[in-house]
Amino acid sequence: MRYIDLHAHMVSRTTDDYVRMALTGCVAVTEPAFWAGWDRSSPDGFEDYFRHLTDFEPKRAAQYGIRHYAWLCLNPKEGEDRALAREVVARIPKFLELPTVLGIGEIGLNRVTRNEIATFRDHVELALEHDQLIHIHTPHLEDKFKGTRTIVDILTEYGGIEPSRVMIDHAEEHTLPMILENGFWTGLTLYPQTKVSPERAIDMFERYGTERICVASACDWGPSLPDAVPHFALAMRRRGHDDALIDHIIFDNPAAFLGQSPKFQLRGAEATPAAPAMPRSESDASPAAGIAAA
Amino acid sequence: MQPGVIPSPKTGRQLVDEYFIENRTRLLEIAAYLDRLDRTDPSLVNRDFRVRAFQEAIALLADPSASDGPDTRVERIQLLLSDPTTEPLPALDTKSARGAYDRWTLGVA
Repeated sequence: MRYIDLHAHMVSRTTDDYVRMALTGCVAVTEPAFWAGWDRSSPDGFEDYFRHLTDFEPKRAAQYGIRHYAWLCLNPKEGEDRALAREVVARIPKFLELPTVLGIGEIGLNRVTRNEIATFRDHVELALEHDQLIHIHTPHLEDKFKGTRTIVDILTEYGGIEPSRVMIDHAEEHTLPMILENGFWTGLTLYPQTKVSPERAIDMFERYGTERICVASACDWGPSLPDAVPHFALAMRRRGHDDALIDHIIFDNPAAFLGQSPKFQLRGAEATPAAPAMPRSESDASPAAGIAAA
Repeated sequence: MQPGVIPSPKTGRQLVDEYFIENRTRLLEIAAYLDRLDRTDPSLVNRDFRVRAFQEAIALLADPSASDGPDTRVERIQLLLSDPTTEPLPALDTKSARGAYDRWTLGVA
């Protein structure tokens, strides 16, 4: 089995999680910038985070044969602070030329406030200005329907948006149709509590087909599984679906969306053995990998 | 309900054989949760919008018409729990969602 986890917050995960992902066939992850669980105090804090995403994390993933790519933004949970958002957005362009940055994300809405919407628009315009792919977070729980509808309405206002270059993530049964009907890609987030279980995700594939739909773990600092995608594959087999369909969903689909960026390359990652010898600690890490002990 | 784009590889009988036990467990967990609330405070359904939403969602599970039309049981429950408004909030009120929308203006007990 091979798979791409299109949404994984690896800065929150341990090295053991990279090992679990490699052992289960993960060849690439893409990591959107997100909320740390607390609000950052300055634009410098974001810039350090962006350096973590674009420098340290690709090196850490590479030790396990996994390609690591990033999306950059100021996330929706911190989008209420307009002054901070403007300063952070101004600092993003210098990172966009880096070889592992795929686009702007995960932008979006949290509680659907006026300021969040203004910050969302700033990021959309930044993406258009720099011809970037866009990755979008939709709100949680009772806010998801209203937030998704607002996001779709805003995006369709922009004449320059190509829906096929936009991923509107965290869809559920009540938001999936409006995303697909407007030509966007979407993602189903496999969480143990909120969002979608593997069984409900399979129901949605059976109802709507596989076109422009991905699955991802969105593993982070909350209840989540770094190997949620292989768990989904197992649930697909249990339901009686064949390996070709599973491969199409967990590999071909994310590769098709991400492959719209010329930076996204899989050659080499697939050829790498799934479980290379791993360093046990920072002090064992190869200096060549850039993770030498301080 | 409309047929799916990808047919289920399993028959109805096979789906029951494979998944009945784990869904029976989920059913009993919900029953026990409601019993637990009743034991603690039976008035919660009138004082907490989350409990009211939960109870109304359960009614949709047993509604035979819920599987007719474009909206399935899961979609109708999702919409019952969702904020139906369209206007943005003027400012951030809270960072986190609560799982249901207070359409009854009951507040939290």
